[in-house]
Amino acid sequence: MTASNLSAANRGLVLPHYPPAVGVHPPLDSPAYASSRLRHPKQPLVPLPQRLTEITGPLLGPERVTAADADLTAGHAGEPLGERIVVTGRVLDSDGRPVPDALIEIWQANASGRYAHAVDDHPAPLDPNFTGGGRCVTDSLGRYRFVTIKPGPYPWGNHYNAWRPAHIHFSLFGRAFTQRLITQMFFPGDPLFSLDPIFNSIPDPAARQRLISSFDIDTTVPEWALGYTWDIVLRGRTATFFEQPEGR
Amino acid sequence: MSSAAAGITPSQTVGPFLALGLPWPHGPFVVPAETPGALEISGVVLDGAGHPLPDALVETWQADPDSRFDHPDDPRGAARPAVAGFRGFGRSATDGEGRYQIITLRPGALPTPDGAIEAPHLDVSVFARGMLDRVVTRIYFDDETDANAADPVLQSVPDATRRATLIATAEADTGEPGDIVRFRFDIRLQGGNETVFFDV
Repeated sequence: MTASNLSAANRGLVLPHYPPAVGVHPPLDSPAYASSRLRHPKQPLVPLPQRLTEITGPLLGPERVTAADADLTAGHAGEPLGERIVVTGRVLDSDGRPVPDALIEIWQANASGRYAHAVDDHPAPLDPNFTGGGRCVTDSLGRYRFVTIKPGPYPWGNHYNAWRPAHIHFSLFGRAFTQRLITQMFFPGDPLFSLDPIFNSIPDPAARQRLISSFDIDTTVPEWALGYTWDIVLRGRTATFFEQPEGR
Repeated sequence: MSSAAAGITPSQTVGPFLALGLPWPHGPFVVPAETPGALEISGVVLDGAGHPLPDALVETWQADPDSRFDHPDDPRGAARPAVAGFRGFGRSATDGEGRYQIITLRPGALPTPDGAIEAPHLDVSVFARGMLDRVVTRIYFDDETDANAADPVLQSVPDATRRATLIATAEADTGEPGDIVRFRFDIRLQGGNETVFFDV
């Protein structure tokens, strides 16, 4: 596209804007989490205005997901060991709007706290009937639902006698580059919360609580699986109109 | 906390086992490799000690060669890409040597609401164990000298010497038949020649 075409094309561009999530996310420099020491930038971040590349993003919809992908207990010769659970909720933005047709990807340890990954050397058993990866797409109301087993807590090398609280990793795209989020969902009442430097890297204690799912008897399936609910909130957006100077 | 941030779900690290959930076999292919004009962008992700990260994930997002996005929030309208199979999105986990690789097309330049023109670029997210949130950077091309000189984002980087960390460099043609154009873009998370990262 030529410069003059671009100049004409930008007349009256109306772009949504995603206000910053001030005070929500953990600082990249979090000394209690030892692995962050060499993996955080030391130079200040440069503000990036939200323009066309930032207010758009990959819309990865149903074409890459089958219904079976949302059931982590399926797809193997037998059933995995552990507590079968249902994890369900909604993806919303911070203005309360549902985020429909959005890809969610999850991964987790098995019931013994072992990941089916070559790097995991925790001496707990692998489960031949559990791989631990799943995906689904939110429906028109932003709802998602997974069937899986409750992951176990596991030790890690951050400090002496360090254990991660049980968690499921969640990856979300939303509808814009600004909304991309990868996080972890925890389970209510875990005694390891106060000891976990990753959970406690979130500066606001109230924001930490938002990573903890709720047990829900109405989600629980009789004679079959306990139910947990967890809503995920992405950055919201507002429409911003840019007045164009005359004669441009 | 500002009211706009009320209720937003905090980020957590991807941890060391992201390979169980995130890589796709076709993830690095923003376009199929045989697409005319396809180019490779590759490099290594390095920590503050200069060691490669074998457990990072690099994601890219970009306009198509006609400067358009297949997305309803683009006020110019969603545009189906003219090139079959182009999806704008690339995803590559790093290998044991910290190397990522994507195959894509050069994006077009983009208009901005205030009348400037952004040079061809890709937005980049980097995730890894040890990173509690993603970091965001951009990839520009070293053969776009004039467009880069006019790019409002590059020009906004306060330390001009650091702008080079945002520019992928063309690699010499190997001369082998069927070889594609290659660009190198390393990502240094910390320390000497640290990549410029953005707050978006």
